[in-house]
Order: sequence, then structure tokens, then C-alpha cells
Amino acid sequence: MSQDFQRSLPGHSGGSASSWYARIHVDPILLLLITGVVLFGLVILSSAVDGNDALLDAQIRRMGMAYAALIIAAQLPPAIYLRWAPFLYVVGLVLLILVLLVGVKVKGSQRWIDIPGLFRFQPSELMKIAVPMAVAWYLQQRVLPPSFKHTMFSLLIIGVPAFLIGVEPDLGTSILVTGAGVAVLLLAGLSWRWIFGAFALIAAAAPLLWQFVLKDYQRQRILTLFDPESDPLGAGWNIIQSTTAIGSGGVFGKGLYQGSQSYLDFLPEARTDFIVAVVGEELGFVGVAFLLTLYLLIIARGLFLASQAGSTFGRLVAGALVMTFFIYLFVNIAMVSGILPVVGVPLPLVSYGGTSAITLMAGFGIIMSMRTHKAW
Amino acid sequence: MSVELSIKDPGREQKLFVGRAITLFALVVILFAILVARMLTLQIVEHETYQLRADNNRTQIQTLAPSRGMIYDRNGRLLADNQTSFSLAIVAERVEDIESLLSAIVEILSLNTQQLERIREELAKRSRPDSAVVILEALSEKQVALLAVNRHRLPGIEVVSRLIRSYPMGAIAAHAVGSVRRLTKEDLATIEPVQYSGSQFIGKRGVEAFYEKNLHGKVGYQKVETDAYGRVRRVLDVQGAQSGQNLTLHLDSKLQAASVDALDGRRGAIVALDPATGGVLAMVSQPSYDPNLFVSGMSSSQFSELSSSIYLPLFNRAVNGQYAPGSTFKPIVGLAGISSATTDWDETIEDKGWFKLPGQDRVYRDWSWTKDNSGGQGQVNLNRAIYRSSNVYFYDLASRMEVDTLLGFASQFGFGRNLALDIPQASSGLLPTPEWKRNVKNQPWYPGDSVNLGIGQGDLLATPLQMATVAATIANRGRVVRPKMLLSSDNAISEMNSVEEPPQIVGLSEEDWESMVDSMEDVVHRGGKGFRGNGTAWAYIGQKIGYRMAGKSGTAQVVEINQGEVYDEEALTEFRRKHAWFIAFAPVDNPTIAVAVLVENGGGGSSVAAPVARAVIDAHLSQEIASIR
Repeated sequence: MSQDFQRSLPGHSGGSASSWYARIHVDPILLLLITGVVLFGLVILSSAVDGNDALLDAQIRRMGMAYAALIIAAQLPPAIYLRWAPFLYVVGLVLLILVLLVGVKVKGSQRWIDIPGLFRFQPSELMKIAVPMAVAWYLQQRVLPPSFKHTMFSLLIIGVPAFLIGVEPDLGTSILVTGAGVAVLLLAGLSWRWIFGAFALIAAAAPLLWQFVLKDYQRQRILTLFDPESDPLGAGWNIIQSTTAIGSGGVFGKGLYQGSQSYLDFLPEARTDFIVAVVGEELGFVGVAFLLTLYLLIIARGLFLASQAGSTFGRLVAGALVMTFFIYLFVNIAMVSGILPVVGVPLPLVSYGGTSAITLMAGFGIIMSMRTHKAW
Repeated sequence: MSVELSIKDPGREQKLFVGRAITLFALVVILFAILVARMLTLQIVEHETYQLRADNNRTQIQTLAPSRGMIYDRNGRLLADNQTSFSLAIVAERVEDIESLLSAIVEILSLNTQQLERIREELAKRSRPDSAVVILEALSEKQVALLAVNRHRLPGIEVVSRLIRSYPMGAIAAHAVGSVRRLTKEDLATIEPVQYSGSQFIGKRGVEAFYEKNLHGKVGYQKVETDAYGRVRRVLDVQGAQSGQNLTLHLDSKLQAASVDALDGRRGAIVALDPATGGVLAMVSQPSYDPNLFVSGMSSSQFSELSSSIYLPLFNRAVNGQYAPGSTFKPIVGLAGISSATTDWDETIEDKGWFKLPGQDRVYRDWSWTKDNSGGQGQVNLNRAIYRSSNVYFYDLASRMEVDTLLGFASQFGFGRNLALDIPQASSGLLPTPEWKRNVKNQPWYPGDSVNLGIGQGDLLATPLQMATVAATIANRGRVVRPKMLLSSDNAISEMNSVEEPPQIVGLSEEDWESMVDSMEDVVHRGGKGFRGNGTAWAYIGQKIGYRMAGKSGTAQVVEINQGEVYDEEALTEFRRKHAWFIAFAPVDNPTIAVAVLVENGGGGSSVAAPVARAVIDAHLSQEIASIR
């Protein structure tokens, strides 16, 4: 597949100077695919907001900001990212500690920093970009594949913020941050032996994790996954209703705006985390397959761009951001369709809500920057 | 920038990256395949299961309870209607702290721990999240207002309304109209459960029970689309409920209220009939109960007070109270004597105050016999025997009659039978026959039994409803009518159509009936002639009366008084005192009302029961005059 994209690329080193997209450091194919998902998302959201058009307007404005973030991020040359990576990481860590000390609690979880009169934001969102950059910054100075010592230090860079985010608690973001960091290690050539060894270790430690690390509600979510009917009104409700929505959609779906599960409020969080169930119910397997195809093309194109980046740092950062995007959508769709426990991860570029869209689009901007700026 | 130039090889690193990127992409494709496989399973392989599940989520079949038919009195006043009742519902999911909400509700509505326990049980029964659960029914207006005022303290509560039965006359007409009760599991065995799927109540007593089928109506259905909170979003299909029939009773609610007043709180019963139709104009049993309590639910202490009271407020004395009729039975004995030619209107006997059967020692005394007055009533014919209520005359007459002749004659008036058309639970009393006595008491019929029967004592038992029927039959000069509650209904009720009226009482001429009516008129109106010349009731009701009324008193023994023993009324405990009876009808020439009054342990029939009967007839007749104007 990547062969096709390569052929469609005008030049090997970032396109001719005369093309408009080269001048603004944008990859037109990736931008087109992203825009396809964004438009698809807005169409589905127009159904999921259930007549509340103000929410749709707000989302359109947010997507505008997200596109701006992409363009701006693409303009910054990779050297700037490399220079600022450690500072960004340190600032993020400080903010994460601040969140735990003076943060604002929303729905039982302390994730936000509130600057009165100005805005509130989630420092954990920043770490989705800062952590892979910090790991890439660290590894690009070393010989690759990384040695045991460097791998361990990288894991420390990943583990500290992941832990801080996990205790907020925000398990979803913690997984994404960990995933982003580990993706850098994998792309940097981490030995397969160690990877399998780590898997074996985690599998062996699973009972201990279950017993001592997971909280009651997290254990409940995992149990519910295997037997949602055991608690049909409580933890099982979300899974039962989302699989019912998806399954009842069939091949072609019930038609846009015709989903009874979402319109009658059986489907929880229909416009945020569970929006893919609306896709499944209203547009059927065809709709889900179309969305998955767009996502797969974005990942393929992203990894291709990453491999074309002019530096190790650029490749690692871009590749890790693509993998973050993948983890996002995989965790989300797997959880909504009932093959992973419920964790709070939105469907990228589709779920209602601004922060993650802006971070994701900034990430795509960074990927484009790594590819389109002249080698350095 | 510190770079370990010596070993770093950019070309190798890029190759390494590309290799890893391809590997990861392969992993991505595998994981995508898992997602696609999962979607295929859900959307194609198991599509039908989930389609069905979504439809079950979405649509609900709701039953539409029919609204119960109204019950009106003969003048169109409501005896039973349906009123809006408010209940308190709670949506548990919208409540952050259910315990503090419950304690707030308990505090605001001043509930007891038992009610709180019931609320918890109701909450535990809920079937889906975010749905409203009714936790408290029949809120008073004050409670609704209190909840409204404290709304801010009570997130997640809702006040919902629905129709419930209401009895505007309350305890006054409770035994006449009857009442509904909450459906129980036992009821489900006797009804068609489908028809009651939307109903909470079923007629359990009186008219409400007998006409249950007609009052209840037919259940309806609607298929609705509901949201996750159980709220109806759209009605997809409706098959409406069919309201129950409205019924109009013969009952006259004003007369009913006047009758309750006339009893003045004493235990007893009154039945007033329209002699022309047998329609029940009033039916009182005291003490009574408030039927509304059975609808709104009552506390366990209220219920045990009702059900265990020694005064039996739930017991309908008018139709189920069985008492010896005493002297009110004498007109029957007299007419039996005439019709069997055992006596005639001219035959006279000497009443010395006592009676003995030939060859026996036992002495049967007259009611007027005391140590001071042992002379008896003197010469008595049937007319005088009625208005003086001579025991000796009827001892003698009954002893001269074949017992089967007397019993056969009496049964035509409805003794030992339930003549009522729509009061199935009414008792049939007891007309003791020799056969009955052999079977039940394992004794032969003694001549003394006939003597006792002559004055309505012994084993003979009758209900106030039966005695009112007797009064109506005499008022009709022998035409028996069957008592009934129902005057009319929206649609014909089949059970009431093909009713055969009992035959005219045989063996008596018009003159015989008029003579008996005259004698009973004398009971009330013959006065100013001294103790032995006055009707027994004249002193109590015969004066200042604007119409002609016929009546007969009765004073029924509750306990056997031993021979020669003079009983001291004060010494007998309340429940051993005699029952006071009076039967009457008026106006004599064209009767529009026939009444039976029983005052339990009231004492003398003329002194206690007759004034009650007079008050009831007064109330009825003045109403008639008013309606003529």
C-alpha cells in the first residue's frame, strides 16, 4: 500500500518548491485522509448530538482550532522540537505534580489545572506528545538499538508521567502515554528477546497486578467484559447497550439519524467515547469498515512519512505519534465492541471534545514537519 | 548536541526503523483484522440477536387500565368515583446520596420506620437504571405541597398521578356500596389475570363485588417506544381500554345519611326498601368503616383495630347479622293462622299473662308479666294480639297449628332463604324445621318449639334485610318482592333481566291483608286508651305524626331466661341485653317505604327501635313532599 503513496509523492525530499503544500510543510495525502475522518466524524456527530446543534457548532470550531494546530506544528522545524523536547517533558512533569496538588476534580478524577478567568487544561494531554519526544530525544543520542541501560532509562522517562497520570486517575491517558513511549523504543529497534521477555514478565505478574495494583472498579470492568450479564444494570450496561447498538445495525445500518439505541438514550456516552456504536448502528458494517479503512490508510501514510523523516529523532517521534493514534482508535473500538475493558479513550477525530482532537492534530503537524523540512 | 559519532550509523538506523515500522504495521493490520472480525460477528453473524434486543429495548407493551365504572345513588349523587391520587417516585440514578435523600423524605413527610422499610423494598424491585420507581402512594394534598416546597432538597424525586377509587360518603354508605381492595395473589386464581394486568384493585364487598365484571371494564394495550429512562417517546399502536359501566343504585344517599343519624351511634342495622320494586333505599350497619382506607392503604394498627374490634365494624349486620325476630314474627304467625283457618279475626282468647301446653308444667309468660302485674292482657283477638303484642295469643295459636303449615307459610316471606337479587353474600337466616332439628341438634320437634316459634324465638333467625322484605310484603298486601341494589346501568346487565318474581302469598283475601295492616297501624296510632288499650309503639312514635304508618315491634332474647326469673336489665352485660326490632311501612294506603330496624342489645323494640324507624320514614316522606313541590 505504501508503494502507491510513494508513487504519488512528487519528490523524495519534500516536494518541489513550487507546490503550495510543500511551502506550508503539509502532506496533502495525509491531510486528505484526516479530513475524510473529520468530515465523517462530524456527520456522525450531527446524529449523536440529537438535535443539540450548539454542540455540533462547538465541535466544528474546535476542529478549526485543531487544523490551525496542525498547520502551526508543521511549520516548526524538527530542530526546534529536538531542542525543546526535554524542557517540554520537564514542564509537563511539573504540571502533572501540580495537578495532583492543586488540580480541579471533575467526575471523581483530578485531571485539570484551572487558571481562573483564562482557561483550564489537562497536562496529561501534553504528555501524549512530550513523552515520545523525550524518549526519542534521549535515544537519538545513543547507539541504536538501545542497550539495556538506555532502555531502562527510557522506561523511567515513560513510567514517571504514566504513573502520575494513572493516580489522577486517568487510566486511558496513562495507557496512551505509555504506548507512545514504548512505541519509540520498539521503533528504535528494541531487541525482540526483551520484548517477549517483558510480555512474559507482565503475564507472570498479572495475578499480582490484579491483586495489588488494580482498584475494585477496574477489576469489575475486566470481569464485566467476560460476563456483562452479571451486572446488567451497572457495569455491564454500557457493554450490553453498545454491542446491541452495533449488532442491530447489521450490514447497512438503520440509516443516519435512525438509531434507536442512541436516540432513546440506551447507549451511554453516545457522542463521546461510545460514538463508534452510533456508526455501527446507523451506518452498519459498511460504515464501520469505511471508517476503519480511513484509519488504516492514515496509519500507513503516517508510518511512511515517518520512515522518510530526515533524522532518527524525527522518525522516532513521528512513528510513535502514529502508533499513539493507532492505540487510541484500537482501544476505543475494542472497548465499545466489547473485547477490551472500558477505559476512557475517545475515538480519535470523531468523538465530541476538543483537547484530544487538538493534541492529535498537532501530532499530525509534527509528523508532517519531520518529513517536509529539509534534512538537518 | 552531544552525539556518539563513533558508533552511530544513520543509514543503519533508518533501515532498522523501516524494518520495525513494517513489523508494527503488520501488527496494526492484524489488530484491525480482529476489530473487523468482531464487527462481522456482531453485525452479521449475531445480527438478529442484537436486532431483537434493540427492539425489546425500544418497544414496550403497556397495559391501559380501564377506568372503573362510577356508582350513583337514585338521585345521581356519587357513591363511588375515581379520583386522582398522587404517588412519590424516585429515580435512584439521579440521586447522589440515596440514604440522605430517604432520611430527608422521612423527615419532610413524617414517615415511620415501617413505611421506610417498604420504600426500600420498592427500590430493590426496580428493573432498569434511570427508571422511576413508585415508593409511596396516596399522598395527601399536604404531603404533595410539602414535597413541592422542599423540592430543592430532593433531587431525583417525581410526583406522579393516577386514578384511584374514592367513596365520597365514606363510612356512611360503606356496607351498602361495598369497597375495592388491593389485588392479591389469591385473587389471581379467580379472575382473568390479563384483564387485571393494569389494575391494582378489585371489588371485594357489596355492590363493588357483585358487579365487579361490569364495573371493571376491559383492559387496553399500547405499544410504545420508550427511552432508557422508561419515558414514553412515541405511541406506536393503541388498543384503548373500555371503561367499566356506570351503575345507578336504588339507594337514596340522603335517606342513607338520615338512617345513620337515626341510629345515633348505636350498634345495629337499618334496611329500607321500596315496596313496589324491592329496591334498597337505605342499608345501614353500624359501626362502620371508611372504605377509602382500603384504597389508600392503612397502617397495620388501623387494620387490626378494624378487624379485631369486638364491635365488628367490618361485619355487615344488615345482610349478615342473624337475630331472632321476636315479636316482629307475630304478624306472620297471625296470617298463617288465618290462611290455614286455624283462627279467624273474631276468635278471642283469655290472656291471663301465662300459657301452658296441655299436660305440661312449663309456663310460658307474656312480655308484660311482672310480679306486680300478673293479670295478663285479658280478652284478645288477632287485632288486639298484634297491637298489644300478646305472647299468650300467639303461644296458643302456634301450638294449635301444624308446625309444617306455619313453616311453609313463613318461608313464602323469605325466611330461611336469600331472596336478594344482587346481594349474594346475604345470609339466609334460619327457619328451623323438625327435619333440621333432628339433623343438627339430634332432637325431635317438641310442642314447646312451636310455642316459642309463635313469638319468633327459639331457633328462628332472620336478618334485617329479611325483615325489611317481610315489611314490604305486608305493605304490598302479599306481593313478595326481591330486594335489589341496582336501579339501572349504562347497558343491560344480563343477570338482572330474566328474574322471576316470587309468587303472591296464597290463602289470604284482600280483607285479611287489610285487617293485618290495620292491626299494625294500631301498633303505631292506637293511643290515649290506657296501657291495655294503646298500641305498643304509640307512646314512643304515635303522636304528632302527619301520616299513617303500620309497624310491629320486637324484643328478641339473646340469652335464655330461666322460668320465673325476673331479669334485671342493668345486671346483664351489654352483649346479653335484648335486641330491639321494629318493622314498619308508610304511608299505609300507598306504601313507598318499608323498613326494618335492629338495635343490637338495644332493649325494648317499641321504645328503642320504633323511634329509629319513625325517623327514617320521616326523612323519606319529607323528601317525597319536597320532590312534589
